[in-house]
Amino acid sequence: MNPVRVVGRITLDILAQAGDVTLFALKGVAAMLSPPWFPRQLARQLMAIGYLSLPVVGLTAVFTGAALALNIYTGGGRFNAEQIMPQIVALGITRELGPVLAALMLGGRVSAAIAAELGAMRATEQIDAMRTLSTDPFRYLVGPRLLAGVISLPLLTAVADLIGIAGGWLVATRTLNFNPTVYVRNTGDFLQDWDVESGLIKAAVFGFIVTLMGCYHGYNATGGARGVGRATTLAVVSAAILIFLSDYLLTTWFSRS
Amino acid sequence: MSDQPPKLQWKDVRIHLSGHDVLDGLNLTAQTGRSLVVIGGSGQGKSVTIKIAMGLMTPDSGQILIDGEDVTHLTGARRNQLFARFGMLFQGAALFDSLPVWENVAFRLINADGLSRPEGRKRAIEALAKVRLGKEVADLYPGDLSGGMQKRVALARAVVGSPEIIMFDEPTTGLDPITADAVNDLIVEQVKQLGCTAISITHDLASARKIGDDVAMLHGGRIVWSGPVESLDNSGNPYVEQFLAGRAEGPITAAI
Repeated sequence: MNPVRVVGRITLDILAQAGDVTLFALKGVAAMLSPPWFPRQLARQLMAIGYLSLPVVGLTAVFTGAALALNIYTGGGRFNAEQIMPQIVALGITRELGPVLAALMLGGRVSAAIAAELGAMRATEQIDAMRTLSTDPFRYLVGPRLLAGVISLPLLTAVADLIGIAGGWLVATRTLNFNPTVYVRNTGDFLQDWDVESGLIKAAVFGFIVTLMGCYHGYNATGGARGVGRATTLAVVSAAILIFLSDYLLTTWFSRS
Repeated sequence: MSDQPPKLQWKDVRIHLSGHDVLDGLNLTAQTGRSLVVIGGSGQGKSVTIKIAMGLMTPDSGQILIDGEDVTHLTGARRNQLFARFGMLFQGAALFDSLPVWENVAFRLINADGLSRPEGRKRAIEALAKVRLGKEVADLYPGDLSGGMQKRVALARAVVGSPEIIMFDEPTTGLDPITADAVNDLIVEQVKQLGCTAISITHDLASARKIGDDVAMLHGGRIVWSGPVESLDNSGNPYVEQFLAGRAEGPITAAI
């Protein structure tokens, strides 16, 4: 086969897919922001996406904060700068690791679950059935999930920030002989509002991406059980890639403004 | 002869899927207040026929007429208004497995018609009683029910809004003969009570004879025979005769 043709075909496929995802996302935003709303569905999704993700996000944050503290202490020791550890831990957690790790954990837990659930609903004609019951399945299934993702992830990130900093504090005060009060004061004095706010803005974007990928791949799943499995894998992988890509773009944008 | 247009009509409907013509100029009419059964072998486009009528698929060409109005490419509020008059029982019941039985039955009433949840629950329990399911089933989940019970719940969901047109996609598939007969009885009873137009697709001949007033045979994407159910046994049509006899030899090739 002509290699130019192969490259052309792949490029066209990628562009078509990107266009399809963009249209789906725009339709999703419209479903989030305009009636009919389904408050019970939103409450269920807030519970499933937000509340039930607290343990896994909390565990990730505490260990990351602790490991980060140890690494910064070791690295800082090379030029006698161990004392800046509390500030760097706080900055690293709030600006970067809190939102990114919470989003990745949510991607693994929620994106996959949404893709599997919607994919199974597609395979068993439940989505068609909803349409025959005069209810727009997109608004009922996709809108509340996207909104729940955008609301939940900043809240989870705020919790992850606190727990991550606490993880660093624990290691610093228990094993590295830092003064607990001084550690907290150094952290509080150093952190600026924007450090936390920029992380929460990132988290809202990541929350949209995580739920969007789950919804997109699940809603468009074809081919029965195999299709559901494929949708689940694609949802997790594409969510992770888009989180890293959008993290870089947002960080670049924030650092210029 | 009445000037009233048929309740539902497929006019020269064509659709090409997965490399072949699933419907190739389908012409079919469902008269008001009658029960039409479409029979045919596996893979002949029976499910596609009703999915197109329900607006779940769009044909490549042709028209779907409801009371003479072309609804083929209808969208928005008018579409919702027209399709609110439909009810459908899916082949696999298609119950929402994350919702309890009563919420499945009352789904349209609560989410589309704006009924309160207590009122929706009351109406759902009444509808369940019509398909011989007790109040105790209302709070179970679809996964807790047998196949026959799921079909009955799906029937309750299809009839709860008193539709004018009701579709049955293989209503007895996967059921034992006794349960299948009970489901057929319920379908006949509900269609009579509602006075609606029914369109069923099936390859179950016992079901076709029981629930149908008119029968049409679909083969190769077209209707090859149609007539009243009483004339099914002396149709003189080789396709129908082979289908009734269940022979492998004849104009219909087995789908294997």
